[in-house]
Amino acid sequence: MEGCGEDGQVKLLGVAHSPFAVRVRIALALKGIHYEFIEEDIYNNKSELLLQSNPVHKKVPVLIHNGKPICESMIIVQYIEEAWGSKAPFLMPKDPYDRAIARFWAAFVDDKFTPSVWGVLMGEGEEQVKAVEESVANLLLLEEVLSGKAYFGGDEIGLVDIALGGVLIGVQMIQKVTHTVLIDTQKMPLLSAWAHKFCKANGMKEVLPDPAKLFELLSERRAKLTSPPAGN
Amino acid sequence: MAVEDCEPKGQVKLLGTSQSPFVVRVRIALALKGIHYEYIEENLQNKSPLMLQSNPVHKKIPVLLHNGKPVCESMIIVQYIEETWSSKAPNLVPKDPYDRAIARFWVAFVDDKVGPCIRGIFMGRGDEQQKAVEELVANFLWLEEALRTSGKAYFGGDEIGLVDIALGSRSQWIKILEKVTNIVLIEPEKMPLLRAWMERFLEADGVKQVLPDEAKMLEFASAIRARFAAAPAGN
Repeated sequence: MEGCGEDGQVKLLGVAHSPFAVRVRIALALKGIHYEFIEEDIYNNKSELLLQSNPVHKKVPVLIHNGKPICESMIIVQYIEEAWGSKAPFLMPKDPYDRAIARFWAAFVDDKFTPSVWGVLMGEGEEQVKAVEESVANLLLLEEVLSGKAYFGGDEIGLVDIALGGVLIGVQMIQKVTHTVLIDTQKMPLLSAWAHKFCKANGMKEVLPDPAKLFELLSERRAKLTSPPAGN
Repeated sequence: MAVEDCEPKGQVKLLGTSQSPFVVRVRIALALKGIHYEYIEENLQNKSPLMLQSNPVHKKIPVLLHNGKPVCESMIIVQYIEETWSSKAPNLVPKDPYDRAIARFWVAFVDDKVGPCIRGIFMGRGDEQQKAVEELVANFLWLEEALRTSGKAYFGGDEIGLVDIALGSRSQWIKILEKVTNIVLIEPEKMPLLRAWMERFLEADGVKQVLPDEAKMLEFASAIRARFAAAPAGN
């Protein structure tokens, strides 16, 4: 659906099931911004538009607002918040200290949590056990951060919710593919409740990836690993 | 020298180490904004209780403590400084959302791409090192292009901004790396703007006063490199 009008022209280049595109779609959905979604074939045939818009990394997602490209999912989310700064809901707190804390935990999700979960999918034997421990430890930290709030952002979805929410279905499917438990309902009651609430929030259903499809893709990814001979 | 001070906006402390470019970033931002603070040198082999309490997740420096509340991660701290003291010139972050997104993009580029290459050149040998050099040069060419597009003295425009602070803080390390490895990383003929920018940045008011002593840095760098060069070569 082509987006035009008071929001200007908004296009999003991405891969629909990728957590990074999902994050941007969540932000656009929350702000009620109309846009054209362009699915990219990033493995075989990147579009001219993508190569022109992100010549440095040649990666998705890329948001193109009135012809001007913005790259990197969390940078795009902050851009959406700032460019549509008067449109509720507000994805970032107003207070500078709270903003710093939000950015800290969003960076934590990207720099620590996501790699540890990827390690669970791609790891084997001891390596995988270590990745599971790390992922659980990271989740326990996030559980603590959530304490007493509906969302990381407070009463409404914010930056950290979007950062984590984008990878949530992926995490759930990785658990299934690898037969591990990462979001433990007993150890992490708040996170478990958050995950449930997040998926049911307004507009999320349309933008979150299809779990079955993601399960298939992640299974294929794992299956491609060639198992080394048993032993160290 | 630790000078305890109370800013109109409260008490500011910075935990850091003298060699870290990440700490330098924060010191530059504080200097540019004219903010008084107490600097506390940390010993990373023996981290203080204050450091461990203030950054329990990563146990790293820099940590800014503003009225006792800790802020971690160098570029998050710099943005915090800008937003808290937003009425104090200079402005380190552009006003326009699009320009901000571009600034953040290049900051991420410096940390995600330039940083690992510097590490790779420093620690690596032979082919590995050569690969890191090629990658770093390619990354610098992108930054040269960004400067050419902006047409201004700094990435931030007429004044130092986020990207200048992110990349500039590593400038000393880049120069030292060139000395220690005998490889020219920012060739003046290929990257005249970047070379000129670096010299300008290192001499700028607010920057030159907070840079670690170059001789000490060279000594520190040579020692680390010698340690790695002495280790048995492996593939």
